Amino acid sequence: MDEGFIPYQQSLEDEEQSIKSTQSVIEQAIAWFRAHSMFVLAYGTGCGAIEMPPTFTSRYDIERLGVVGVATPRQADILIVSGYCSPKTLKRVIRSYEQMSEPKYIIGLGSCTINGGMYWDSYNTIKKLDDFLPVDMYVNGCMPRPEALIEGFVKLQEKIRANSSEAGYIQYRTRYAHYRANQERLFGTQVQPRYEENFAGMNL
Amino acid sequence: MLLLDLLLMLLIAYGFGFLYYGLYRNLSARVHGRFGPSLAQSFSDSIKLFVKEESTTFGWMFYLGPVIMASGAVLNVLFIPFLNQGESLQGLSSYGNLIVVLYLMVLGPLGNALGVGSSGNPFGVMGVTRGLTRLLALELPFYLAAIGVMIDAGSADFGIIMQAQSTQSNMFAHPLLFAAAFISFLGFMGKSPFDVVGAPQEVYSGPATEFSGKFLALLMSQSAMFSFAKLLLMVNLFWGGADHLGELVAKTFVLFVAATFIGSVYARFSTVQSVEFLIRIPTLLGIVGLALL
Ligand code: SF4
Repeated sequence: MDEGFIPYQQSLEDEEQSIKSTQSVIEQAIAWFRAHSMFVLAYGTGCGAIEMPPTFTSRYDIERLGVVGVATPRQADILIVSGYCSPKTLKRVIRSYEQMSEPKYIIGLGSCTINGGMYWDSYNTIKKLDDFLPVDMYVNGCMPRPEALIEGFVKLQEKIRANSSEAGYIQYRTRYAHYRANQERLFGTQVQPRYEENFAGMNL
Repeated sequence: MLLLDLLLMLLIAYGFGFLYYGLYRNLSARVHGRFGPSLAQSFSDSIKLFVKEESTTFGWMFYLGPVIMASGAVLNVLFIPFLNQGESLQGLSSYGNLIVVLYLMVLGPLGNALGVGSSGNPFGVMGVTRGLTRLLALELPFYLAAIGVMIDAGSADFGIIMQAQSTQSNMFAHPLLFAAAFISFLGFMGKSPFDVVGAPQEVYSGPATEFSGKFLALLMSQSAMFSFAKLLLMVNLFWGGADHLGELVAKTFVLFVAATFIGSVYARFSTVQSVEFLIRIPTLLGIVGLALL
């Protein structure tokens, strides 16, 4: 494989294509419906949240893509974490994510979720959201415009249709020890119940 | 044969219910100056929810709630004849009449109250309380109008009520009764200004707050079918029913669009305001309409 960003990106896309062709017709249909009906729980953690209302209302009208906001994590498919998270907020974000039913995805909105952004040296925010929760799609920028968020949704749609086993919610189950260790390192003794306990006695 | 007929009725109610819901989202988007989702969006939503995993458990009563609601909606569809003549699409209407249908209409909300109550979610309970309070006020004018229609036709049977309108429909013969029924019909459809039950920004999703996955899908499907049943009821009681399927679609469509447009331009009443309004204006219209019979 050639070195560099573009060949690397290409190799990722080729992989998605090959996964798609191994799906049965019914799996493809279900993936299509999933990709075209996304219920969003928008968690306004940072200043990037201000770009979400225009995305959802008349000016940019993301409902065209089948995206609607819902008021409770129970009904949501997608969690938008819009910017920096203090540990206190992160606890709530994790709790909300764990209450969502699978399949579920996370969009990290803004540079702060990627590497800390302009809060890179802050004592009171996390630097990399992916250490604590599996992020499926990043939208970079500070702050990202609604167009960028829409682009993020379109890319996420492609990812959902590819139905890959790399999806975040599967990662969160299979690599829970990793995420949990990071969470415990941050929160110390004040941690929430383990994710598996939510499913105790359920046949998944 | 009857079974096939019933199945067909359910399919029509399901299909048109969802199509109308998609249309509602589309039309209200246009009113807001947006394009809105595609017409089939609600189908995608419900299929996606049906294949989604379930993560909440609150005991069996919680799950029974949506099932009771759905059975209420299904029975309603089956007891209201779709056409005013012929053998087909009559469902169980020969076994029941308007009174049975009015009785069945409250089955859903009660089932919902039982289910939501056992989840213990405060927003769900608030939504249910709002819904039941509003229901009390909604029923009064609607029952007055229904009684008027029954007195006029001399029967509670749908066939006879529709036959009595063969020369002039009840809408023109008894405009006051129609007005009373139409206003409370808007409330039954959950349209603004009476949409206090699932009011976002106030009680989150209201009764649906704790429901996810398949049960949310069941709730959506039953509400689509139930709204088609309510459209049918209005068409049968006041517009003389329909001779064939095309006429049925046209009449329910007009009624639905009227309700949607009225719903998109009014701001929401508070619960108390909506009860006060319903008890004053439409109830008064209904009483005057009854007196003029
Ligand atoms: S990326 Fe920029 S706009 Fe977004 S939360 Fe961070 S500082 Fe705010």
